[in-house]
Amino acid sequence: MADIELLPHNVPSQAELPELVEELTTLNLGPTHPATHGIFQNILKMDGEKIVSGEQTIGYIHRAFEKIAERRPFYQITTLTDRMNYCSSPINNFGWHMTVEKLLQIEVPKRAQYIRVIMMELARISDHLICNSILGVDTGAFSGFLYVMQKREDIYEIYEEVCGARLTTNMGRIGGMERDLSSTAIRKIRDFIKTFPPVLQEFEKLMSRNRIFMDRTINVGGISLERALSYGFTGPNLRAAGLDYDVRVMNPYSSYEDFDFSIPIGQSGDTFDRYNVRIEEMWQSLKIVEQALNNLPEGPYYADAPEYYLPPKKEVYGSMEALIYHFKIVMGEIDAPHGEVYHAVEGGNGELGFYLISDGGRAPYRLHFRRPSFIYYQAFPEMCKGSTLSDAILTMSSLNVIAGELDA
Amino acid sequence: MLSNQEVAEELLGKFGEQVYDFEEPYGLLTLSTTREDIIPVLEFLKDHKSYQINFLTDLTGVQYPENKGQEFMVVYHLHSFIHNFRIRIKVYIPEADIHIPTATGLYASANWMERETFDFYGILFDGHPNLIRILNIEEMDYFPMRKEYPLEDATREDKIDALFGR
Repeated sequence: MADIELLPHNVPSQAELPELVEELTTLNLGPTHPATHGIFQNILKMDGEKIVSGEQTIGYIHRAFEKIAERRPFYQITTLTDRMNYCSSPINNFGWHMTVEKLLQIEVPKRAQYIRVIMMELARISDHLICNSILGVDTGAFSGFLYVMQKREDIYEIYEEVCGARLTTNMGRIGGMERDLSSTAIRKIRDFIKTFPPVLQEFEKLMSRNRIFMDRTINVGGISLERALSYGFTGPNLRAAGLDYDVRVMNPYSSYEDFDFSIPIGQSGDTFDRYNVRIEEMWQSLKIVEQALNNLPEGPYYADAPEYYLPPKKEVYGSMEALIYHFKIVMGEIDAPHGEVYHAVEGGNGELGFYLISDGGRAPYRLHFRRPSFIYYQAFPEMCKGSTLSDAILTMSSLNVIAGELDA
Repeated sequence: MLSNQEVAEELLGKFGEQVYDFEEPYGLLTLSTTREDIIPVLEFLKDHKSYQINFLTDLTGVQYPENKGQEFMVVYHLHSFIHNFRIRIKVYIPEADIHIPTATGLYASANWMERETFDFYGILFDGHPNLIRILNIEEMDYFPMRKEYPLEDATREDKIDALFGR
């Protein structure tokens, strides 16, 4: 064969090659997205399936509670606190009542304190129950969620028995409880103490050692203790990162020092640790409820503070003083003393603080809510950086960011 | 157990007249400082070997319109987990020059709390990486928590303060 001259392929030189551009996708997660359980927007920059950075927008359900509070008599502010962390509103209610009691220096009787502890711990159980079961839903396990819903329903029935409401409870009064625990309520709580452990055990069996669940959550969305402290983490999320800070133990309120319970902590601060801390806290809460119910002291369920505590209806119709106080309280004509108080309680998500400045008027001069989820949610972009989108959903879910508390 | 007296004396020894108005409302050590000194004070408490007051619990603003020259106040609540010790630090700033240095260099959590305070009161945190509104819409052209914006419509005459309070 004759020589065939091989023509050079038409290979473009390096300079002619189209430049490979690294293209990031912008993904709008939210404001309303079924996987984010609440209204918040995350504008994510994605490299394939990995998150490069995130920008958060919050405030979609901002209702200006702090402004509204500056016009309301103290007892009317309770209804605002309901709507912050609506998964555990009794904790918010009592936190506010205790703040005002601290300002007024009212000593609440033991019985009222114990009833409050029972209700707050039930609230904590329902809060954690929702968080953990929703975390299950996000990993694809729906049955656990449906199963424990029944127990949350039981807790809501107890609320209903104690205060008449289910979600936005407005429970208790400044100075105590609005009514004593009825025999039905006690029976329902006892039923709950008996029937809840098997349910939680089964839920644990379903999730805790589940291969898929562990693969999805271990080493996902972790945060070091140092960063967690810098970001102002409190509550289960901080404890999962390894610090045993719990307001109930460090600054006991409402007789928490009387009860025997332990504080679970995690190590790596990842989603699995947060899950485990919440599970263990439910067991501890149940223990506290049991102790409080068994040792429920006799005596009055409200303090002797006629200027602030609504008198019983029977007395309002029968005695002059009670009628006067009733009128003054309802019309908000009681002036509070001057003072500046910071009071914190252990909410479902962490340290729920109330910073109250009273200038001697009927409404607070300034009231600031230290909302735990507002403070720690800003760590979310850092926590999900480099992880996949599906893991970021789990991280957010396990942080238990409640939109109402976030935006106040 | 750390006592209020001990911390107060340590601060006075270090900062002298730059820290003042020591109080103990409901047992919580409260003091005031100037905006020039707030970051050094926070840093001192954070890096102090034995105190370790290194957790920023809360940061917020308050307005006192009658307090001429000191119309705004920024309040810091700090916490030491080691000693279970809380402290409250206040900084008064005038409305005419509504600036204060940011604490974001010390605490990552200060970021949103300062944005919230800016959003509500218009207090400008110098050096903040992203000082924009957080809860309200960006188009808003006033600072809603200021006392000059009453919640109730001021033109209403049927609701007088004497009867219905402020």
